[in-house]
Amino acid sequence: MEKLINEFSFGLFFWQLLLFCLLLFLLKKYAWKPILNAVNDREEGIKNALDSAEKAKLEMQNLQADNQKLLQEARVEREAMLKEARDIKNKMIEDAKDEARVEAGKLVAQAKASIETEKKAAISDLKSQVANLSIEIAEKVVREELSNKDKQIKLVESMLGEATLN
Amino acid sequence: MQRFLSHYYLSDMHRKITVKTITLLLFLVSFTGFAGGDAEKGDQKSEIKEYIQHHLKDSYDFSLLSYTTDSGEHKYIGAPLPIILWDNGLKVFSSSKFHHGETVAEVDGNFYKQYHSKIYKTDAEGTINYDADHHPTNVKPLDFSITKGVVMILITGLLMFFLFRGLARSYATNGGIAKGVGRFFEPIVLYIRDDIAVPNIGKEKYMKYMPYLLTVFFFIWFLNIFGLTPLGVNVTGNIAVTACLALLTFLLTNFTGTKDYWKHIFDPLGDSMPWYAKIPLYIILIPIEVLGIFIKPFSLLIRLYANMQAGHIVLMSLIGLMFIFKSWIGSPMSFGLAFAISLIEILVALLQAYIFTMLSALYFGFAAETHDHAEEHEGEIQHL
Repeated sequence: MEKLINEFSFGLFFWQLLLFCLLLFLLKKYAWKPILNAVNDREEGIKNALDSAEKAKLEMQNLQADNQKLLQEARVEREAMLKEARDIKNKMIEDAKDEARVEAGKLVAQAKASIETEKKAAISDLKSQVANLSIEIAEKVVREELSNKDKQIKLVESMLGEATLN
Repeated sequence: MQRFLSHYYLSDMHRKITVKTITLLLFLVSFTGFAGGDAEKGDQKSEIKEYIQHHLKDSYDFSLLSYTTDSGEHKYIGAPLPIILWDNGLKVFSSSKFHHGETVAEVDGNFYKQYHSKIYKTDAEGTINYDADHHPTNVKPLDFSITKGVVMILITGLLMFFLFRGLARSYATNGGIAKGVGRFFEPIVLYIRDDIAVPNIGKEKYMKYMPYLLTVFFFIWFLNIFGLTPLGVNVTGNIAVTACLALLTFLLTNFTGTKDYWKHIFDPLGDSMPWYAKIPLYIILIPIEVLGIFIKPFSLLIRLYANMQAGHIVLMSLIGLMFIFKSWIGSPMSFGLAFAISLIEILVALLQAYIFTMLSALYFGFAAETHDHAEEHEGEIQHL
């Protein structure tokens, strides 16, 4: 202890105190304050940047989710539209088919009707032609038959016989 | 607390290494003593011892090296420094007047002589009178000389100022990013903030103490490192310097002490027991607490002083051994040892600066504690 006290130099103590306090003051003003402030600012900046990056990421995710949703909606809509179109197509075909069937039915009916008429006309024509032909034939036959007197009388007599019976 | 203990351990380890080295040294010295044992070596040993003693003390001139010419004359290489004395008026003169303590300096009719690195007022012949314990009884004038230590403090101060001013400026000019030499020190500044100041003092109050902690850390570290250079300075191993630093820690601790800090000293048990039960305990406790206020900074000043002093003694002794051995086994061996110790000393230079800063921060933490903070430490021993 005595050695320590003996070694203690007041002059050095005085200068050390003076110079150190001066150094402390100068460094505080010109170095430590600006350094610590700059470092704090920088750290604050980094923190903010990270925060905003996180926020941007979230926003991006939201946006992507929105996109996904929109896409999904679009897909559903397209699906619906396609379905509708298909339905319309089917309906149109069905309608056309029905219409065609009806038309065809009508045509067939018309055709049937005209065929009937033609048939009737043909039959009546045929009837009249057959009648004419029959009369002609009959005329020819009668003429032939009645070419001699006997035959004529015979016929008349048979006819009269038939008629009397009635 | 864990960290705190580990510092003790580290400084302890350093001491252990020192003790081991000294043991080895003594062994080697005694061995050669038996082997050689002639008068010349004895002379050399005492010369080396004197040289080490001289180196450990502050000096009045900035001498880098000295040698003895063939004619027995001591030659010094270096520069004289101003001597400033207060002896019935200011006396300023160059230290060259002392001729390195070999002659008496005469200023304005007064005579001064250096004796054991202190200046005494003497008569024209430089007679020094001693008392019974061989202490000089001559008048000691107040000595404000610019010694080697003061010059080193100045140089370190300037170096620190320009270094950290440069760092601070580089932030402004470089968009908040450090540039230049100061960049190396930015992580250390951040370390002191994040691992020393904030955990010990707390987020709210640490800014108040940061300038002191940073200044004291770099000041001690740089001066410790300068002590390892061939400049031959031993500033942080000087008790006046460490005492000054410890005094500042002491003043800062007690002048910024909160109500809770003082309550902790004068009413350490708080409301845990009735007042009449506390009286007998406080007769013992309060003096211990009050003593603790002074012991804390005192341990700081002794720790730094003793560690640096011990390091210098060991290192110089090992270097001195090289000259004593003068053999092809002994000298390289002591060189190797000196080299190893130098490496350890580089670590110690940083470590001691760290410990001083760390403990200062710890004491500031006690001083700055508010009640809710103290609650967390309930049951812990805070007075180390």
